[in-house]
Amino acid sequence: MKYKVNEKGYYGDFGGAYIPEMLYPNVEELRQNYLKIIADPEFQKEFHQLLKDYVGRPSPLYLAKRYSEKYGANIFLKREDLNHTGAHKINNTIGQILLAEKLGKKRIIAETGAGQHGVATATVCALRNLECVIYMGEVDIERQAPNVARMKMLGAKVVPASSGSKTLKDATNEAMRDWINNPVDTHYIIGSVVGPHPYPDMVAIFQSIISEETKKQLLEQTGSDQPDYVLACVGGGSNAMGMFYHFMDDEKVKLIAVEAAGKGVSSGFSAATTYLGKEGVLHGSRSILMQTEDGQVVEPHSVSAGLDYPGIGPQHAHLFKTGRGQYVSITDDESLEAGLLCTKLEGIIPAIESAHALAYLEKMEFKGGENVVVCLSGRGDKDLDTYIKYFNL
Amino acid sequence: MNRIKKLFQEKKNILSIYYTAGYPNLSDTIKIAEALQKSGADILEIGFPYSDPVADGPVIQASSKQALDQGMTLKVLFEQLKDLRKHVTIPVLLMGYVNPVLQFGVENFCKACAEAGVDGCIVPDLPMAEYEEFYQECFEKHNLSNVFLITPQTTEERIHKIDGLTNSFIYLLSSSATTGKNLEVGNTTEAYFSRIKAMNLKNPTMIGFGISDKQTFDKACSYGNGAIIGTAFVKAIADGNLEESISSFMKKFRD
Repeated sequence: MKYKVNEKGYYGDFGGAYIPEMLYPNVEELRQNYLKIIADPEFQKEFHQLLKDYVGRPSPLYLAKRYSEKYGANIFLKREDLNHTGAHKINNTIGQILLAEKLGKKRIIAETGAGQHGVATATVCALRNLECVIYMGEVDIERQAPNVARMKMLGAKVVPASSGSKTLKDATNEAMRDWINNPVDTHYIIGSVVGPHPYPDMVAIFQSIISEETKKQLLEQTGSDQPDYVLACVGGGSNAMGMFYHFMDDEKVKLIAVEAAGKGVSSGFSAATTYLGKEGVLHGSRSILMQTEDGQVVEPHSVSAGLDYPGIGPQHAHLFKTGRGQYVSITDDESLEAGLLCTKLEGIIPAIESAHALAYLEKMEFKGGENVVVCLSGRGDKDLDTYIKYFNL
Repeated sequence: MNRIKKLFQEKKNILSIYYTAGYPNLSDTIKIAEALQKSGADILEIGFPYSDPVADGPVIQASSKQALDQGMTLKVLFEQLKDLRKHVTIPVLLMGYVNPVLQFGVENFCKACAEAGVDGCIVPDLPMAEYEEFYQECFEKHNLSNVFLITPQTTEERIHKIDGLTNSFIYLLSSSATTGKNLEVGNTTEAYFSRIKAMNLKNPTMIGFGISDKQTFDKACSYGNGAIIGTAFVKAIADGNLEESISSFMKKFRD
């Protein structure tokens, strides 16, 4: 349990709940109740039933034959892209909406960057008939029109965040402001393993279904539930935390987290947080974030909207600092090439986020026969425009 | 005795004004302080800007962004405050978010505050538990008061704990809201103010968030020891002659 959260809400030096007093009652209510609610057999039953019948879980663990031939190792893809709404995000929103109901909340708010978490939240709100307000940066609203339309069809109100850089970070600020102004009946569904304690732990628990299934499926397919490597991309880090969760305490399993280098880590257009960031506080927790010497948050860049975030979750900061996880980065170009390669080799168009994780395979050296699991966190439908433009398709 | 305690012993209906350092112009910080003292402010709250001020509404966000764009940093601010005590004698608090303090270094920050003659700080995203564990010792060593916020949702147990950790005043939010919302004193707000008053806290209280005119100021003063004005003041000095804007703004409260 050495990488899990302690009773004060910290992972080593990281975590905590750096929130204004206005948010204290809400966050405290969650902190006191989340473990109890999640452990309740009735909650577990409903959660797993929905994951099975509505989301389509378990998602397959697919031995990618042509990838395996190319790299000389057994490359498995954990197919989160096959989930309803097209990514891992729905594992968390299903969990949180059930939890919000148990807490008696009537109104749901969320932030979204590319719109994947916004769609996953609007989906569960439609499913459970709850009012839904999604904050999204003005810039993102323009570049992610199909997801904005999806959220509206699902009955959500999409509110443009027009402060700051008008992207994910600012949408998160606006959602927090909404929560401050609506302190009683509203639940804020944070979409990643970021935010004040208990959010990073709670989201990790809901996403941990990814590694829970992976262990079982590996055992069935290979006779061992212990892979040599697991890889996942990291923006805030929720699919990676889900993929790492049940392997964290087994030091034999190497954890590789792939950040977005953007146009290159030293280009000034990057989102490689562990490389460029320093310890600090953003969105309610102490972690690693990209910032100026004065502590002002720096705008990140990545071709992938889901990785375009200036921080990482506190548990990732801890895995990074202790050396338990290896944090690497992949450029925009490398990720797009890897996305095309995956499409040609395996007939799967990955989200550009997930393509970052796939791209790192190219840089690894295998002796032969290793078992490697890559979290294919989302499908690439939403990224077709970017692929089309980049490859002149 | 510290300047803040002394003020509360000697005066009623205390008026505290918030403004963002480096706004409207980078070098206005001391100029505004002097003009505010001259026109009757009792306490100054100088905001050091942050890129992601989640507790603030659009007006203070925009002033923070402008100040940052103009080059305001904590380093620049402390340089500007070097001769603070040659210009003003009233209590001065610095208000801002925790990350710039962390990057400046907590010890360096407290030391710089003490050297400038700053009396205390308000750091809205620094919660009580984190303050006790990582900051309190350093604040106390440099005789800095830390001002905590309470809202209508803060439990009595927590209010007593905050009261115990405070040696200046407690910042009473009129409602759970980001800055700049209008104060509507309805029955529930009134009940909340009365509840706090009846708790007989050892520290005085200042009411903030939504105070914008004489009427809301007087109302706040009837429940607490005074009130804090931020957004309305920041709006008032957006353009025009700074001294004139300040003096005419303050006349509304001090005539």
